[in-house]
Amino acid sequence: MAIPSPFHEKTSALCTSLKWKEWAGYYAVERYQFNHDQEYFAFRESAGLLDVSPLFKYEIRGKDALKLMNRVLCRDVGRMKDNQVAYSCWTDERGKVLDDGTVARFSPERFRLFSAHPSYYWLLQNAQRLDVEVQDITVQTGALALQGPRSRAILSQLADVDKLRYFHQIQTKVDGFYVVISRTGYTGDLGYELWVEAEHANKLYDAVWAAGKDYNILPAGILALDMVRVEAGFIMVDVDFRSCTYCVTDDQMSTPYEIGLGWTVHMDKGPFIGKAALEKEKRQGSAWSLVGLDISLEELEKLFDARALPLDLPCATWRGVVPLFDSLTNRQVGYATSGVWSPLLKRYIALATVQSRYAKLGTVMKMEALIDTDRRHVSARVVQKPFLDPARKKSVGSDVALVPALV
Amino acid sequence: MKTYDAIIVGGGHNGLVAAGYLARAGLKVLVCEKRYVLGGCSATEEIYPGFKFSVCSYVVSLLRPEIIRDLELPRHGLEILPLPSTFCPQPDGKRSILRTDDSMESYRNVAQFSRRDAEVLPRFARQMTRICRFVKPILSMVPPDMDSWNPNELLKLLELGRGFRTMDPELRYDVIKLFTMSAVDYLEDWFESPELIASMSVSGIIGTFLGVRSPGTAYVLLHHYMGEIDGVFRAWGLPVGGTGGISLSIARAAQAFGAEIRTEAGVKQLLLKGDQVRGVVLENGEEIGARAVLSSADPFVTFKKLVPEGQLDPRLLDSLKHYKFRGSSGKVNMAVDRLPEFTCLPGMGKHLKGDISIAPSVDYLERAYDDAKYGNFSRRPFINVVVPTVSDPSMAPPGKHVISCFVQYAPYQLKDKSWDDERESFGDAVVDTLAEYIPGLKKSILFRQVLTPLDMEREFGITEGNIFHGELSLEQMFFLRPIAAWARYRTPLQGLYQCGSGVHPGGGIMGAPGQIGAREVLKDLKQKRPAHR
Ligand SMILES: Cc1cc2nc3c(=O)[nH]c(=O)nc-3n(C[C@H](O)[C@H](O)[C@H](O)COP(=O)(O)OP(=O)(O)OC[C@H]3O[C@@H](n4cnc5c(N)ncnc54)[C@H](O)[C@@H]3O)c2cc1C
Repeated sequence: MAIPSPFHEKTSALCTSLKWKEWAGYYAVERYQFNHDQEYFAFRESAGLLDVSPLFKYEIRGKDALKLMNRVLCRDVGRMKDNQVAYSCWTDERGKVLDDGTVARFSPERFRLFSAHPSYYWLLQNAQRLDVEVQDITVQTGALALQGPRSRAILSQLADVDKLRYFHQIQTKVDGFYVVISRTGYTGDLGYELWVEAEHANKLYDAVWAAGKDYNILPAGILALDMVRVEAGFIMVDVDFRSCTYCVTDDQMSTPYEIGLGWTVHMDKGPFIGKAALEKEKRQGSAWSLVGLDISLEELEKLFDARALPLDLPCATWRGVVPLFDSLTNRQVGYATSGVWSPLLKRYIALATVQSRYAKLGTVMKMEALIDTDRRHVSARVVQKPFLDPARKKSVGSDVALVPALV
Repeated sequence: MKTYDAIIVGGGHNGLVAAGYLARAGLKVLVCEKRYVLGGCSATEEIYPGFKFSVCSYVVSLLRPEIIRDLELPRHGLEILPLPSTFCPQPDGKRSILRTDDSMESYRNVAQFSRRDAEVLPRFARQMTRICRFVKPILSMVPPDMDSWNPNELLKLLELGRGFRTMDPELRYDVIKLFTMSAVDYLEDWFESPELIASMSVSGIIGTFLGVRSPGTAYVLLHHYMGEIDGVFRAWGLPVGGTGGISLSIARAAQAFGAEIRTEAGVKQLLLKGDQVRGVVLENGEEIGARAVLSSADPFVTFKKLVPEGQLDPRLLDSLKHYKFRGSSGKVNMAVDRLPEFTCLPGMGKHLKGDISIAPSVDYLERAYDDAKYGNFSRRPFINVVVPTVSDPSMAPPGKHVISCFVQYAPYQLKDKSWDDERESFGDAVVDTLAEYIPGLKKSILFRQVLTPLDMEREFGITEGNIFHGELSLEQMFFLRPIAAWARYRTPLQGLYQCGSGVHPGGGIMGAPGQIGAREVLKDLKQKRPAHR
């Protein structure tokens, strides 16, 4: 049975659709309303409020906290300043990805790590003979994501976030209780995540809700999130790649380079788990690459038209394995793993894993597509990720909300 | 004299599987079962009015998927319900190890004992899946003849060796560990929580006269991980209508293919001409002819009772003496007037639908074994409980339930005592133990059946009450089962074959011995013309 998150009282009152799903053992709202469109547009035009408490959360404290983080994560946390946040992945000795997530540095002796899968055992195993304590704070910590162009205006009524820069955090008080606010999120847009002790969760929700009233704040669910994260080109564990913990064979595993996270691997720092294997791969090149695809609407339209049907596009993100073929030989060369029609971009986009020689920008492959009841092939072109990257994501200043995402 | 192509001694599930395959191949087949009901150790009986019991075996996992397909068992009534959980209540009356089909729920439950272990569980499962992939093909092959120069035999050995050699080294070391270590030692390699280790280790002792710390029990653990239901590895299920439901579905399939099945038709002895089998004599004196006789009775019954004296090499017959039966388990079946209510988890829930173990600690299990080592039944035994009526209401009147308790240890040989005197005090020990976890149990009991190893020997014809027709220890597996010379389904007597749990790949509701035994018979009979037509 799933369990309620600390915000359940609030979210369940708002979830008129009764559409719930399970996320890491918690009840999570799939969509609040009958249709998730409003929630998607809240993320892009006003502000969407999403309960992200199911994330696994660990607090790492002690003299060797920095050492442990640098041993486990591919990224160099030594370069981070206090109250800076970073995205990273971590791998086993063979460089196979275990998970990805964000790490927040409070001080060289205090970090928080947020992950999709349980990671306590891995941290503990690698903390042997280090002066460090790992605490699982998942259950006692509630987490909210407030994402969208109006999120700054809303939050600035509660805390001093105006100067908070992208991937940084502040520790502050809201109504007298301790809250960490980080300028992070899974939407690739202006947005914040708020971390609070579970006992104050509902008070925080009320405060954010009240502050958001005049800005069209909307509660948003996983379906809307899944759309914006594909637009942002963000991969998802168990969907676009697998954690090696749960793989039976080596073929199922991935390295950071194969899933487009090479940029998070800092080779110039000291030793870390998987470094030797990753160095070798960096030298020799990777077998697989993760790419963004733009799927030909013209061809789709024609195929639907041939069946006397109007064009039918995925208005929610599909997750699965859709084969990709070499456009000449028809041999399978990869597979798409999530795809969606982007209402903002007016494009059908997807994330895919392909043999590396098909990863060059502009490469055209064939993707399997279902035309009503028929399986057909349509062209899919490798394009730059992220698909959508609004300037307001990183900008500091208060007028950003008024600039359209694509300008 | 009436004559068949093949007669099968014993209507247990293996005998019935063999009959199914032989009849399917067009042979004229007769099954002779001694008891009034089919199924042997997989039989369902209404021993108390309105209540049906899986008298011996109670859950299924190992039944080979290809048998289900080949004999079209679903069409003949096979239905298997999932067991969604394993539940191990703790003596403090508060906590329990509860692992369910909901992975995050299991994670949270196990994390109460050890967060680390909760995260290791999926890794362990992954490792078992990998190892089973290597071990499983062995289940459907005839063990190679170690002394043969026949290229086919050598090839088989080579294949096995190659599989082992090409294995990932990490996996290979683990296989070696599994083949040599004790269940507890092996699990301690993975886990830290004593409660979790205890609850998982018991799979390693089922049907053996060994303790959870005895070397070799890790292999038995693996044997229990090898099953699959609907393609899901490690899954165990509850057959609708009890385990007799499985046997009956196989019997119906065999009959549909033309096999004849007789109950209350015990075979007294084989009919021989020289060292060639010609048929059987029933206990009522009736003689029936056959070109091949397949015995699904255990090796002791087959070689010492069915084969007339003086027919077998006395040296080999002697070595059968060292084949370990030493039954160690008992069974207590109860009819109750209400749902059992556990102190640590009251009310109805997933935990009652699954597999329940009384195995609070490794020391507890070792103490239970200590009692047995010195010729006593365990005062505080390991008990494996299922309540089939929670999932399958056909087994009892509405609102009432049956409880099946598989109990270890109950050694066949009691010191200075006889099971006929000790039966009820053994039953009391089981009920007393369970009542510590289910306080209302005693009041709710309407009827109780206690089966000691002696009772099992008498009633089901399994020597010394060994539930697997001989222990599943490594030294009596594969080409050593039951003894090296007779390990390949054939016997020194022409026309006599073995097809029960006493041959590779061994015990459990698996069907593989019956299937492979039948295949070997078919190979031998292929050239010769059928007796009828
Ligand atoms: C108490 C107990 C619990 C068990 N629990 C499980 C479990 O939960 N899951 C599982 O997978 N396995 C379990 N097992 C093991 C499993 O039941 C057996 O390994 C399997 O049923 C054996 O099948 P078989 O056909 O090889 O032999 P049997 O079932 O023993 O069949 C042999 C048949 O031969 C008959 N017979 C013997 N001599 C003669 C003769 N002279 N003439 C005619 N007929 C004769 C017998 O009456 C019997 O019907 C359990 C066994 C026992 C005893």
